[in-house]
Amino acid sequence: MSETTTYTKKDFVSDQEVRWCPGCGDYSILSAVQTAMTQIGKKREDICFVSGIGCSSRFPYYMNTFGMHTIHGRAAAIASGLKIQNPNLSVWVATGDGDAMAIGGNHLIHALRRNVDINIIMFNNEIYGLTKGQYSPTTKRGVITKTTPYGVVDHPFVPASLALGCDATFFARAIDTDVKHLTSLVVEAANHKGTTFIEIFQNCVIFSDGIHEAYAGKATRDDNTIKVEHGKPMIFGKERNKGIILRGTRPEVVTIGENGITEKDLLVHDKTDDNMAYMLSRMKFPELPVALGIFRQVSAPSYEMDVEAQIAQVTSKKGAGNMKSLLHSGQTWNVG
Amino acid sequence: MKELENVVIRFSGDSGDGMQLTGTQFSTTSALMGNDMSTFPDYPSEIRAPQGTVAGVSGFQVCFGATEVNTPGDEPDVLVAMNPAALKANLADVKRGGTIIVNNDAFSPANLKKAGYESNPLDTNELDNYKVIRIDISNLTTEALKNLDLDLKAKGRCKNFCALGFTYYLFDRDMDSTIKWIESKFGKTPVLKEANILALKAGYNYGGNTLITTNRYQVPKAKIEKGKYRQMQGNAATAWGLMQAAEAAGLKLFLGSYPITPATEILQELAKFKEFGVKTFQAEDEIAGICSAIGASFGGALAATTTSGPGLALKTEAIGLGVIYEIPLVIVNVQRGGPSTGLPTKTEQADLLQSFYGRNGECPTVVVAASRPSDCFEMAYEAARLALEHMTPVILLTDGYIAQGAEPWKIPDIEKEFRPIKTRMVDRKLAPGEQFLSYQRDPKTLVRPWAIPGMAGYEHRIGGLEKSENFGNVSHDAKNHQRMVELRAEKIARVVDNIPDQEVFGDKSGDLLVVSWGGTYGATYSAVRELRKEGKRVSLMHMKYLNPMPKNVGKILKSYKKILVPELNMGQLQHLLREKFLIETIGYHKVQGQPLKITEVVGLINRELESL
Ligand code: SF4
Repeated sequence: MSETTTYTKKDFVSDQEVRWCPGCGDYSILSAVQTAMTQIGKKREDICFVSGIGCSSRFPYYMNTFGMHTIHGRAAAIASGLKIQNPNLSVWVATGDGDAMAIGGNHLIHALRRNVDINIIMFNNEIYGLTKGQYSPTTKRGVITKTTPYGVVDHPFVPASLALGCDATFFARAIDTDVKHLTSLVVEAANHKGTTFIEIFQNCVIFSDGIHEAYAGKATRDDNTIKVEHGKPMIFGKERNKGIILRGTRPEVVTIGENGITEKDLLVHDKTDDNMAYMLSRMKFPELPVALGIFRQVSAPSYEMDVEAQIAQVTSKKGAGNMKSLLHSGQTWNVG
Repeated sequence: MKELENVVIRFSGDSGDGMQLTGTQFSTTSALMGNDMSTFPDYPSEIRAPQGTVAGVSGFQVCFGATEVNTPGDEPDVLVAMNPAALKANLADVKRGGTIIVNNDAFSPANLKKAGYESNPLDTNELDNYKVIRIDISNLTTEALKNLDLDLKAKGRCKNFCALGFTYYLFDRDMDSTIKWIESKFGKTPVLKEANILALKAGYNYGGNTLITTNRYQVPKAKIEKGKYRQMQGNAATAWGLMQAAEAAGLKLFLGSYPITPATEILQELAKFKEFGVKTFQAEDEIAGICSAIGASFGGALAATTTSGPGLALKTEAIGLGVIYEIPLVIVNVQRGGPSTGLPTKTEQADLLQSFYGRNGECPTVVVAASRPSDCFEMAYEAARLALEHMTPVILLTDGYIAQGAEPWKIPDIEKEFRPIKTRMVDRKLAPGEQFLSYQRDPKTLVRPWAIPGMAGYEHRIGGLEKSENFGNVSHDAKNHQRMVELRAEKIARVVDNIPDQEVFGDKSGDLLVVSWGGTYGATYSAVRELRKEGKRVSLMHMKYLNPMPKNVGKILKSYKKILVPELNMGQLQHLLREKFLIETIGYHKVQGQPLKITEVVGLINRELESL
């Protein structure tokens, strides 16, 4: 951590011309991340962005840090190797729903279960943008795309549920245009030891414009989403008068002040509670508001630190190795 | 006692009979007694194939000698068969007139049936051409252990040591090192320690009581180069060679890998050496194995990935990324029989063209190959050296035969023989305002600089998209692409200035040149040496640097009337030589999952010499 360097957002803007479509949700994500980088206490040279293939994966070119634009789906694996090699780095993966959930699904789930201290930001626009509009593993059933002229018959992933199924130690969700909230989540992710996964509802103006509009649109956002915060009751709505209670094992929307409901009756978010995190992941619009914020954050050993610890432990026991003594160790014999 | 120059012995039994252990003990003892030797394990791909069946037979072959030994031997002089299936599986390989030691107890009607024998071959004339020694090994073992507090099954499990003891008597071997091994292995369970030692001695004494001394053999010490020796297995040598390179380069070694036969042992071996700072990452798949290594390489490690044929196929796209990134990366391919899953436990050399060409786009890499188990050390070091000095992926080819084989190895003087490796890591501070040009090449070698995260001022982005010359920014420019493709090719071509010239064993010119590469060295070298001793005019060019090929290869090839290229594939090196040098060659293509035999190569050479 650097205590000495202070950065402004501009320090993280690279000299490359940004080439996303005008109006693409990626712009606000880039801006949020560049701002967040000034707040994470890391030197610029100790930060690396890694991406796969897709619109989102252009990201590293636009960050004035170290960066790797890799191959389709493999960013999490490459980032893991980088972080294990140098645990001092702050390593970020910029990916999309196609890159992370389809071709890179295997790497994603294993990164999450291993808890390597890398930060994965997934731009979910429920479509393949770069290849011009084919359905992805998060596209809803029935949606017409270039490869589904009669509608999607695949069942989609819920990224949050998938991540939680992998025991992800940090999962959060945000909306591309809510830059302030997103920035704060990115900073939280940076401070978390272990794999973090932020799903961002991102709008692709070209191929799936408005896909998240019903809940993420600026006009209806407050009523149709709920930002959860650890230790705080689950309140939402423009008037801040709606809340979530549990009926049996199922969440239900209530109005504060109606039927004798007070703030005290509402569920209080506990980010260490697995069941609550899973419940949040299953909340679907329009029956329920869509959950945003940090669903789950628990502390667990991070892979690369355990690797370092083993090395330190064995080295302190055996002493640092050198090849000459290794070659002469064990059974040897002399000829002549 | 009769004196022999060298002996090939094969221990064979059910996969649960401990034959690998028995064979290893025999070879270690022989090495310690001053013989040269070479070993090869041969085990079924099913870990627990049905007991007593031919499919479940596991073998271990040792050639030990009083002269230089370069292969585990063509045909066993002695076969130890612990059951009928072992006899059935191996009989055809045994030298006519050879000795067969059988565990007589195991030739029960049930076992004979499982092995597919209609009648007991020990009672028919099937073995008339061999010297058969029938020993009730199981009984002898349980009898020797009768006073020990162990159940019958546990006692039975010691029978491999009884068989070993008998062979020790037969070949006048010293029991000391095996006894020491048993003591350290079973130190915590005294009863097992005692049982195995008793079994070993029972076998030895049985020899003493039943064999007349004229039937004993001696293999004197070999006259090999003076020095301190140790035993080295191919896969372990590869692992150690990578560690040697990391030490020589002052870098940490990172291995990203996924278990696959017969390469897994390299990962297992490297996982042991935490005190060297080695990081091994067992990834979720082959692709993540190489990708994690690419990440580690970008982070400044000596990064490697290890695999076998099908895994190399899966890593293809990522190797291409390494090529366009121009970062150091070692890819070890321990070849096995293909295509597809093929013959996982059997050897082949059929991934040469995959290594050269198996990627999308124009995608050159350096390709090198190891020639024998201990040579894996040097070639792993070489692969890493070339990767680091030339900022490129390097493919190191070994194969199941040399990877699992072992031999004595004269411990090198590493300070002299394995010099420090100078990496391309940038080592100066940038001037204020100076921009780092990530693809600015050294004019002589065309190698780009290596700057890693953590270096202030060197922040840069690399990617799989075509990049502009010098700057490394994304470029779709037509002329730039042509230039970059040519530069990447030329960069690899110039590696030729950094590899040794090709050596030839034999005459500098002549009638017949045998050209081999990789793991067939033992057979081709032994055959050529043998024939040259007889005065035949034949030479050997054994290649270890395949892409690029040493400068003098073309000249060598043109100095002989005939070129014979024996390979364990359908003519892949032959194809490359013909294409590159426009010469006619004679191929020999063996794809049986088995190594080349010396006698086979001798036959080939004689045939070609006669038809000159
Ligand atoms: S295609 Fe969609 S996701 Fe891609 S840049 Fe354009 S708007 Fe953004």
